[in-house]
Amino acid sequence: FPGAGGGNDIQWCFSQVKGAVDDDVAEADIISTVEFNHSGELLATGDKGGRVVIFQQEQENKTQSHSRGEYNVYSTFQSHEPEFDYLKSLEIEEKINKIRWLPQKNAAQFLLSTNDKTIKLWKISERDKRPEGYNLKEEDGRYRDPTTVTTLRVPVFRPMDLMVEASPRRIFANAHTYHINSISINSDYETYLSADDLRINLWHLEITDRSFNIVDIKPANMEELTEVITAAEFHPNSCNTFVYSSSKGTIRLCDMRASALCDRHSKLFEEPEDPSNRSFFSEIISSISDVKFSHSGRYMMTRDYLSVKIWDLNMENRPVETYQVHEYLRSKLCSLYENDCIFDKFECCWNGSDSIVMTGSYNNFFRMFDRNTKRDITLEASRENNKPRTVLKPRKVCASGKRKKDEISVDSLDFNKKILHTAWHPKENIIAVATTNNLYIFQDKMN
Amino acid sequence: MFVRGLKRKCFDGEEDIEGTLAGIKAIPSYNLQRQSLLDMSLVKLQLCHMLVEPNLCRSVLIANTVRQIQEEMTQDGTWQMINTQSTGQASVDRLVSTDILCRSSREQAEGKHVPGYSTFSKDFEGDQAQDSSETMSTASSVQPPRNLPSNVWEMENPQENKGNFQKSLDQIFETLENKTPNSVEDLFSEVDNSYYDLDTMLTGMMSNTKMGHCDGLESFSSPTTTTSSSNCKSDLNELDHIVEILVES
Repeated sequence: FPGAGGGNDIQWCFSQVKGAVDDDVAEADIISTVEFNHSGELLATGDKGGRVVIFQQEQENKTQSHSRGEYNVYSTFQSHEPEFDYLKSLEIEEKINKIRWLPQKNAAQFLLSTNDKTIKLWKISERDKRPEGYNLKEEDGRYRDPTTVTTLRVPVFRPMDLMVEASPRRIFANAHTYHINSISINSDYETYLSADDLRINLWHLEITDRSFNIVDIKPANMEELTEVITAAEFHPNSCNTFVYSSSKGTIRLCDMRASALCDRHSKLFEEPEDPSNRSFFSEIISSISDVKFSHSGRYMMTRDYLSVKIWDLNMENRPVETYQVHEYLRSKLCSLYENDCIFDKFECCWNGSDSIVMTGSYNNFFRMFDRNTKRDITLEASRENNKPRTVLKPRKVCASGKRKKDEISVDSLDFNKKILHTAWHPKENIIAVATTNNLYIFQDKMN
Repeated sequence: MFVRGLKRKCFDGEEDIEGTLAGIKAIPSYNLQRQSLLDMSLVKLQLCHMLVEPNLCRSVLIANTVRQIQEEMTQDGTWQMINTQSTGQASVDRLVSTDILCRSSREQAEGKHVPGYSTFSKDFEGDQAQDSSETMSTASSVQPPRNLPSNVWEMENPQENKGNFQKSLDQIFETLENKTPNSVEDLFSEVDNSYYDLDTMLTGMMSNTKMGHCDGLESFSSPTTTTSSSNCKSDLNELDHIVEILVES
């Protein structure tokens, strides 16, 4: 695995940035999800306007050994449209909440994309040749007068400019009363789950008119509601196992073999509260915004407002590792509550070898934690660093006291510039980091 | 009853003694900070309803925060304090730097005697049926707050919900009223019950938040009338707007 040998820290360099340069961000352009496919060749983004943009990595240029292929637009399509629920007099947002790729089985690529209510399976296929030489049709499609046909010929396929087509193959609708926050494809590659605030459903990829409800935490009396589901994911190897996280900071692991309705968890992961850190905001900051299994399936990672925690699936009572993302915000929780930033849902991700984890923060900063060396780094996604192959300068936030040169004080942080979505290439040291409306691609410095 | 001391304001590592002394008048007390957090949370819940479809997770978290505050306030009998809070000048900007509320209970213990929250809520849950006689002289059992609008979650009919929410919000404040211990009821005989009307409550809320922060000491001794500053006006206008919308529905 590149970069892992020799214990050298990765040197991250700017590679590309996608999106408008404008400071004036169009609402529809706000990036809402980022996901590499299983090979890393394709990188998909979803936005608030319901569009999906897929980038494809260029084949590595043998002559240019100092950089990996660039990502260029491969396909753009409108996945979801705004809808109106007439029964409730409510608009349904077209914002793409999540994209998940299916592993490639044939020439075409498949992905699932979801908004608050509806999941769609999209087929993305290439067309690079077309038949020419019909007898009864002109090239432009008009029919020829049969009396003018004097000879017969066999139509042949001729190359054409590559065309990438996206077509919706399945639409999984009407199964969620509440807002979908997660989708996860099972390791059997036949089923997947979708989770909303109170329920989790199991689908078969081929069947759109039925889904099985496997978790339901809706109380009989909604007045008693105190906890919601925030994220869910299937185990990468065990097709009967999935986890879901809650707004109270707990993670439940469920085994679908135990019963049809997995309301009773097999394992409950919860760290006891630190009584010395208790405040009125304790519950809110303990709410888990993302949960991701490691590639190995042995660990899972959770993201709450201030930290990233790594859990060993065999140990329920506390995480094995905890990394502070931006502890300097702990004294500002009241302000962050007032301006609603405390409700921001940050995602997190593993690198391909499960040795490094990454998550976003404010001021367009993002953080990486090396689990082996226990070192961490803060980097910034900004157009000011956009010289390719220039190593990114680490950033530091000054929590209190005298601010050193090059440090930024907490009060100067821009809380409107948040990095909620990040993704790591499954095999290489290539990362995709989404600011509000731009997608940054960084690579490690190759020598 | 506890004697409540004033909290020392948490400065950013620079202890300015003079500033502390001079600022004692300006330091918001823990109770007032907590009250403003409660008010802020209620406004947030209300604003949730004005959204096309409220974010359920956010609503639940805010509602839980409100519950926590209410539980704690019930435990240490500070519900009664709500009514004695009078008006004075304070800027809403004070809401922004409420470090006190963000401080851990350990830090607070250094400043004053406050039982840990976790103890409280455990006691509270355990003693639901009993009186917590140190803090409440009323004989009625303390119910866990069920006064949050159920329609915060159900969005079957938003129009209906707005009306229901209004009623439910009234319920919240009716419950507040009910929690007033009998022994101090006389103190409140002069209190205008219209305080618990939505309109007055909202405008009252804004006045409350403004007044408490600067003049913590003064507010407990002598009620004064609100004088509006330019800050107050713009915020009041906002709230008037909110009230308009609610009343229309």
